Amino acid sequence: MHDKTLAELARGLAAGDFSSRELTSSLLERIKRIDPALNSFITVTDEQALKEADAADALRHKGEAGILSGLPLAYKDIFCTEGVRTSAGSKMLDNFIAPYNATVVEKLRHAGTVSLGKTNMDEFAMGSSNENSYYGPVKNPWNPKLVPGGSSGGSAAAVAAGLVPAALGTDTGGSIRQPAAFCGITGLKPTYGRVSRYGMIAYASSLDQAGPMARTAEDCAMLMNAMAGHDARDSTSVSRNVPDYTQGLNKPLNGLKIGLPVEYFGEGLAPEVETAVREAVRVYESLGAQVIEVSLPHTSMAIPAYYVIAPAEASANLSRYDGVRFGHRCKDPVDLEDLYKRTRAEGFGDEVKRRILIGTHTLSEGFFDAYYRKAQQIRRLIRQDFLDAFARVDVLMGPAAPTTAFELGAKADPVQMYLQDIYTIAINLAGIPGISVPAGLADNRPVGLQILGPHFGEAHLLNVAHVYQQATDWHQRRPEIKE
Amino acid sequence: MQWDVVIGLEVHVQLSTCSKIFSGASTAFGAEPNTQACGIDLGLPGTLPVLNESAVAMAVRFGLAINAEIPEYSVFERKNYFYPDLPKGYQTSQMAHPVVGRGEVDITLGDGTVKTVRIHHAHMEEDAGKSLHEDYSGMTGIDLNRAGTPLLEIVSEPDMHSAEEASAYIRAIHAIVTYLGISDGNMAEGSMRCDVNVSLRPKGQEKLGTRAEIKNVNSFRFVERAIAFEIERQREILEDGGVVIQETRLYNPDLDETRSMRTKEEANDYRYFPCPDLLPLMLDEAYIEHQRSLLPELPSEKRQRFVESLGLSTYDADVLTGSRPLAEYFEAVQQHCSDAKLAANWVQGDLLGRLNRDGLDITESPVSAEQLGGLLVRLVDDTINGKAAKQVFADLWECKGETADDIIESRGLKQVTDTGAIESLCDQVIADNPVQVTQYREATEDKRGKMIGFFVGQVMKASRGTANPPQVNAMLTEKLDALL
Repeated sequence: MHDKTLAELARGLAAGDFSSRELTSSLLERIKRIDPALNSFITVTDEQALKEADAADALRHKGEAGILSGLPLAYKDIFCTEGVRTSAGSKMLDNFIAPYNATVVEKLRHAGTVSLGKTNMDEFAMGSSNENSYYGPVKNPWNPKLVPGGSSGGSAAAVAAGLVPAALGTDTGGSIRQPAAFCGITGLKPTYGRVSRYGMIAYASSLDQAGPMARTAEDCAMLMNAMAGHDARDSTSVSRNVPDYTQGLNKPLNGLKIGLPVEYFGEGLAPEVETAVREAVRVYESLGAQVIEVSLPHTSMAIPAYYVIAPAEASANLSRYDGVRFGHRCKDPVDLEDLYKRTRAEGFGDEVKRRILIGTHTLSEGFFDAYYRKAQQIRRLIRQDFLDAFARVDVLMGPAAPTTAFELGAKADPVQMYLQDIYTIAINLAGIPGISVPAGLADNRPVGLQILGPHFGEAHLLNVAHVYQQATDWHQRRPEIKE
Repeated sequence: MQWDVVIGLEVHVQLSTCSKIFSGASTAFGAEPNTQACGIDLGLPGTLPVLNESAVAMAVRFGLAINAEIPEYSVFERKNYFYPDLPKGYQTSQMAHPVVGRGEVDITLGDGTVKTVRIHHAHMEEDAGKSLHEDYSGMTGIDLNRAGTPLLEIVSEPDMHSAEEASAYIRAIHAIVTYLGISDGNMAEGSMRCDVNVSLRPKGQEKLGTRAEIKNVNSFRFVERAIAFEIERQREILEDGGVVIQETRLYNPDLDETRSMRTKEEANDYRYFPCPDLLPLMLDEAYIEHQRSLLPELPSEKRQRFVESLGLSTYDADVLTGSRPLAEYFEAVQQHCSDAKLAANWVQGDLLGRLNRDGLDITESPVSAEQLGGLLVRLVDDTINGKAAKQVFADLWECKGETADDIIESRGLKQVTDTGAIESLCDQVIADNPVQVTQYREATEDKRGKMIGFFVGQVMKASRGTANPPQVNAMLTEKLDALL
């Protein structure tokens, strides 16, 4: 059962081939066996999962089951889950039991899904390798020497290892798409504002977006149907009709105009990744698509702009972790300043501290115009690049990451790590949706093809990804896992 | 040297919304600590703010009331600093793009002159919680009930030049916000607090002197006293050849002095930046016009009407429009008795006098506007005389009767206007006081006028105050003059 897609499992449950309890138990059992070596989960909620599975089975018995009823999921540990520790991968929140559910958690629960637990991540979603977790690094199921990518590395690894058919991730600069690429699964970052951020622990509020991580585009579409939509509790969520994302999945791609940004095929791109991506583009051509070259002239400014805006927002977002109301508090503070300093020195890891410092600096008097304001100007230019490109083409395609998964500890220099997000980060700055789909294996390491669309173009992206997955089998490849 | 005092004020007004500016928690005053703080007010991870629309409406109405520009676009920003009663580590406020732009407020000074104070802008922000240092030895308690309460910070230009002007300005702001119903204006509960900027410069100098900011002054009286102290302090420094340093000071009402809190060097860099959780606030013309249509009659308009239509003096009009409840009380009394001047005299004299003596607010008056109006009706139609009216008022105050008519009836205060009855009383008094009659007859004409008072008093006494004094006076004069 563990290598089936969400859609296949849904059909199995509907046909009565197995119950949600059987499915859930077997996955919980598999997590127990395999995850100690992978470390993809921070918290496994066995008891609650079985209860939810029984409830879903009972509902099905009464004939009231929905399409997602009884399907197991896992949540990146950045989504608040009532009564369950929600750590954001940080020592700071190691003792934090969320008193409420995030909107997406609530929606997916309402749809009848079963939560198996909370997945590992880079602390406060800051990282591209999942090495910045207080709970230790996650291993890539394809090869335990490799990182799974980050920051949603736990969700990606858990899905790739068949511990759960789908998981939720969040993407601020590539945190869904890059780990999806490294682990050989499908991950969608929706348009900013498409999915509620309420209850999602904030890293960089103007960039953060939740999305599904699963084996196939079809599975992502099923989850998006439940996740997307306006939330009165999130002022940045957009009030706009939610289409049925599963409806148009099979639309033929004749005449599809694909743009290849020249900037995404330049220096720094590993040849094996370029080969796989160009091969994928050829598959599209064979399916009737037209390919043209386009330019996104401000691409090179995306990383610098991101590393001003995201840390600036983070520096304020993380101020609430002060040891006063929740989370870690240092022992025996002598005064207020001591409480703040030691609580934060002990509770945050190095990368989080680095970004708080950068953000605090760039917002400081005398630096604001040179950094923050300039970065916002660049952000508008980058957005305009994409708007201009989408005036000419339907979708853009390129690599999701410049390389395949690298070895643990290989990127000790933070800037080298930041360059991992070179093809994903601009998408968050522009607010557009992007999806990463498995498009090859190089040296037994998965390669991700990234497909980008205009704002609120998720349905079309899923269609473009799904048709490709009907024509290829990369998404069906599974790592060999030692049990 | 002659010094020119320059004062600017930042007034924080608590908007009287039911719920907080970014959450659904209640804003009621006086609840048990931390019972009115939800996850958003606590800054729980993952929570997000949603702007309270009624706070926006109130801010806009204030802007319209002071003839300010209402920009079509305003932005919430984060003001970053650490403090235990600031749950998120930043205050959501407005900086570069406030909801209310430039406007002006007229203030009336003691001598009746009217002066215009320019408003630089007014912006919305959330209040912090409270740190409670007293009740916990060696520790600090935090009460987050107030965290997230909507505030409107009204920032004036440095247009005031004395404590009196500053005080008149705060009273004017108080009147506007209470008229608009956007704040209860209760300074004791912290619904209005001021930061006062004071500086001195040699008379005639253009350039402003270095200012000190006095934080968190929370009564009209303290504002005047804090400014008076600060002017003296700075004057002494300057006259001793010293320099005033730019700093934030606190006023201590017990010691009646200000003391330094932090200097400019110690000031925080608040690192303002637009709050990414809140979209820019866009207000279109239709919305603004709708808010305009909801504006009540404002203090300045009411004052003008009281003078022009009701014939009150500017002084009376100013006192009576001092607060909306007082103006409404007066208008109710006036409508009842249809005599504006009489109503104005009674409200300002007897009523406000009694209220002040008993430390009561107009809203707490034991005598309602209807009761006072009912009393004045009887004065106007000559049912009772002025002296009896005072007695009826005293009884109404003591709740000894439901209406003036009940008291007039039960106490037998109805004025005797029956000529026959008065005549017999007059005859009786003349007969009983032959000595005084003789004196009257022998007095010169100009003295008789005064002497008549004795006889009137005797008749009034005999009537137990119910006779109509002018009537008695006329009749006695006639009778006594007949004896000449």
